[in-house]
Amino acid sequence: MDNAFLKIEALAKVFPPARGGQPLTVFENIHFSIDKGEFVCIIGHSGCGKSTILNVLAGLDQASSGTVIMDEREVSGPSLDRGVVFQSHALMPWLSVMKNIEFAVKSRWPDWSRDKVRAHCQKYIDLVHLTGAEHKKPAELSGGMKQRVGIARAFSIQPKMLLMDEPFGALDALTRGVIQDELLNICAETHQTVFMITHDVDEAILLADKIVLMTNGPLAKIAEIVVNTLPRDRSRHDVHKHPHYYRIRNHLVDFLVSRSKDFASNTPAGYDPLHPPFTRPGLEPDADCPPDVDARVRHLRQPAMPAAA
Amino acid sequence: MNASLLLRSSAVSLLLLVVMLFVWHATTLPETASTEGMSDEYAALMGMAGGGAAKAGLPGPADVGATIWEKLSDPFYDNGPNDKGIGIQLGYSLARVLSGFFLAALVAIPLGFVVGMSPVMRGALDPFIQVLKPISPLAWMPLALYIIKDSSVSAVFVIFICSLWPMLINTAHGVASVKRDWLNVAQTLEVGALRKAFLVILPAAAPTILTGMRISMGIAWLVIVAAEMLVGGTGIGYFVWNEWNNLSLNNVIFAILTIGVVGMALDLMFGWVQRLVAYRE
Repeated sequence: MDNAFLKIEALAKVFPPARGGQPLTVFENIHFSIDKGEFVCIIGHSGCGKSTILNVLAGLDQASSGTVIMDEREVSGPSLDRGVVFQSHALMPWLSVMKNIEFAVKSRWPDWSRDKVRAHCQKYIDLVHLTGAEHKKPAELSGGMKQRVGIARAFSIQPKMLLMDEPFGALDALTRGVIQDELLNICAETHQTVFMITHDVDEAILLADKIVLMTNGPLAKIAEIVVNTLPRDRSRHDVHKHPHYYRIRNHLVDFLVSRSKDFASNTPAGYDPLHPPFTRPGLEPDADCPPDVDARVRHLRQPAMPAAA
Repeated sequence: MNASLLLRSSAVSLLLLVVMLFVWHATTLPETASTEGMSDEYAALMGMAGGGAAKAGLPGPADVGATIWEKLSDPFYDNGPNDKGIGIQLGYSLARVLSGFFLAALVAIPLGFVVGMSPVMRGALDPFIQVLKPISPLAWMPLALYIIKDSSVSAVFVIFICSLWPMLINTAHGVASVKRDWLNVAQTLEVGALRKAFLVILPAAAPTILTGMRISMGIAWLVIVAAEMLVGGTGIGYFVWNEWNNLSLNNVIFAILTIGVVGMALDLMFGWVQRLVAYRE
């Protein structure tokens, strides 16, 4: 743990009190780490401060206390070492696909020749399968294609770490699946270290090596870190056939539905925010349910399933 | 606009033009003023001796048409201070408008950037802008004449001051409302301040800035006529006033139409530039 690539220590975010009110602590005592080449997803309900944590990692926001250390250096502002994929893709609408990526590449390597920049951009456009759309403006692209450009832009600067804030939240299920596959392939090829926010349990299981579970805010904490025990060469087509899949999925859904909100009143014995427990639900045998029952049916029987907002 | 719609609206435009010309023609037909009931002496005093000279009314479309043809066929003659071709007069006016306008752009756009990017500067400059903006540009004229001591430069100053505000306010608004996302992208890419200003903020705010420039140009073209009537000497405004003193209504009407057409051309030009910098999100 001490030689982790990215270390988050005692991170907290407190908003100053509104007139006459109490200061609002969104989250506190956040400790976790990410190893090099690891894909980490964070799951939690809206308002638990996931986006704030990501923005602190990106250097776009500041925590009230605590530190973030990446590659043995403290994170104190935005840096080209950390690429960001924004939820709203954040492409410049007056620039073509190529120019949008060029803008990033030229920022990273200002001394590169025009041809070298072009070739580099083209490589990443091809990587996200946008060959042929180089000279289109973002307005001429579909939502999925726009997000692909956002991903290509983030990868093109070859950051040490990639931060993704619900990158597929606004996409339809089919497009999302295709881009998830692409992302999985690119990450496998480049051994990219990724930190990603998602609301989609299936997406987390497909993509992540570790899934960080956050309790509801205010005073949100990391309840536990789920280790994904599925084989790393999984794909969208067969991942759900693996015996571990529904155990992990049920565990995550259970957490989101019930444990995330009563964690504060029902904290497990021995819980230490400094070392949030690692769990491996994929390896645990099912207690209340035979493994062949479709978990989709099972969790429908549970009362009050809130929509993952 | 599709072809048939364009065709139909053009047909209606043409029809309206014909109707307007006809009404104009019909109401300005030379009438023979009656001298009945006047003494011969009074009729002579009124210039109607002999019973039936044409009354000097508004010129009809045919007269004005002839004047337009005559003026446009020789736009650049120069027969001394009070008799210059329309091309020369327009040239003077456009030179004043463009120099005042671009000087204003030189001041307003950078200042608008500062105001748009810094809430402190916005608060600090706002009272000045609020007080100075509603002042009629012509109210500055006496002060400008006294300080500058040159009537032509004073007219340029008046154009400068009237062009300043729409450009300043629109630039500040455009810069202040650049999407947070784009600034975040620039920030995470460690883009320097100057590169961010020219490659992110300027293109993002360009449509709003151009709107301000277009409004400014429209106002400047309105104001130049009045300013030149005051300062005299040259320009389309002076031409109108001079022809009024000559009681040549033909020329006055010709000048009015010219001002309209040139104003439209300036506006179309800015509309074209605006389309160049527009973007669709």
